[in-house]
Amino acid sequence: MCLAFPMKIKKVKGEFAQVETGRLTRTVNIQMLPDAKMGDYVIVHAGFAIQRVDPKRARETLKLIDEIH
Amino acid sequence: MMPTHEINIMEVCGTHTQAFFRFGLDKILPNNLKLISGPGCPVCVSTQDYIDTAIKLTENKDTIVLTFGDMLGVPGTRSTLEKERPKFGNVRVAYSALDSLKIARANPGKKIIFLAVGFETTAPTIALSIMAAKKEKLKNLFFLSSLKLIPPAMDFLVRDKKLNLNGFLCPGHVSAIIGTEPYEFIAKKYKIGCCIAGFEPLDILEGIYLLLQQAIEKKPSVANQYARVVTKNGNIKAKNIMQRVFAVSDASWRGLGGIPKSGLKIKKEFSQFDAEKVFSFKRATPACRSGRGNACLPVRQGQRATKCRCGDILKGLLSPPECQLFAKACNPDNPIGPCMVSSEGACNAYYKYRK
Repeated sequence: MCLAFPMKIKKVKGEFAQVETGRLTRTVNIQMLPDAKMGDYVIVHAGFAIQRVDPKRARETLKLIDEIH
Repeated sequence: MMPTHEINIMEVCGTHTQAFFRFGLDKILPNNLKLISGPGCPVCVSTQDYIDTAIKLTENKDTIVLTFGDMLGVPGTRSTLEKERPKFGNVRVAYSALDSLKIARANPGKKIIFLAVGFETTAPTIALSIMAAKKEKLKNLFFLSSLKLIPPAMDFLVRDKKLNLNGFLCPGHVSAIIGTEPYEFIAKKYKIGCCIAGFEPLDILEGIYLLLQQAIEKKPSVANQYARVVTKNGNIKAKNIMQRVFAVSDASWRGLGGIPKSGLKIKKEFSQFDAEKVFSFKRATPACRSGRGNACLPVRQGQRATKCRCGDILKGLLSPPECQLFAKACNPDNPIGPCMVSSEGACNAYYKYRK
């Protein structure tokens, strides 16, 4: 399943991290991303952070979306 | 740029199916450019046999069967988990495989069986849960695997001449795990282009654009539109975690039949958590040698035959409105096949956004 959302790491606590998007906060397992740190954007799927989002590329994409709107 | 002949692109991701219709992208593409929905919904491709096994597990009141929500309504041979739920009240929904650990700890007198359904996005989450269960020495937690792999299914589909595919839109988050490299054989061996795409409408459009470019220029490759998340090697840690717990096996796909080396089974080291071993089921073996065998159509005794066309829909041979049950006897409130049950199924997407 591809159902997954980008969220920002607020705090890292061992194998877990507190992540947020807007007003939604969740605790997710970060064992797949051992170098994950506060401020990183990660893709969250079924309670786990599965990959980091490259902020530079994410900003480029958001810029493209803004240009269209 | 647009050629005049028909261009067929297949997506193999339920979230792409949904997004494509939700954002109205089918309305803006030219008529000769078809985005075909393939078997990208792991719930939809779980066999009737798997559901029957899960239902059998609920028949003992000392078990708790834990599942992702979509699985509840998927039809087995005779029934669904949802229908069996009231008997002992022992079917529960989980958002994450990690929930199984909490439930196992809270119910030491019960056997908890987690229905592990998903592709490569979900497989590492199941693997980590199994590893955690081993670390905690849990004795009452088991996993019934129906985990499947996308590239072997693509290999199976690309060889079907009836489909006449010109490109594959590849799943964004499966690729976040496996990387871009596993799709190379599609471009090199079959000369069909691939493009990994994200899930925003612009992502999908750019993905289709890149595939069109490859088809028109006759330069098939593996393009990566979702580079903000997907790299060539994917998530190496996640892949290692999967390999630690799972071995590749043949698997049965509902609607497609047996596909060699397209599933994951739990390795011997973790067999105490393997529901298939512990509960000694005789699962139907996939008919992989001949490549034939349809695990969807009811051919066994005592089964009610239906006009459900999920098998052909999952292969991309038919679109949902072409099934005579669509939006009549079969709808989200009364689904007959898995493609209508799951929020990632093609029929469900069509019904929600195009009916």
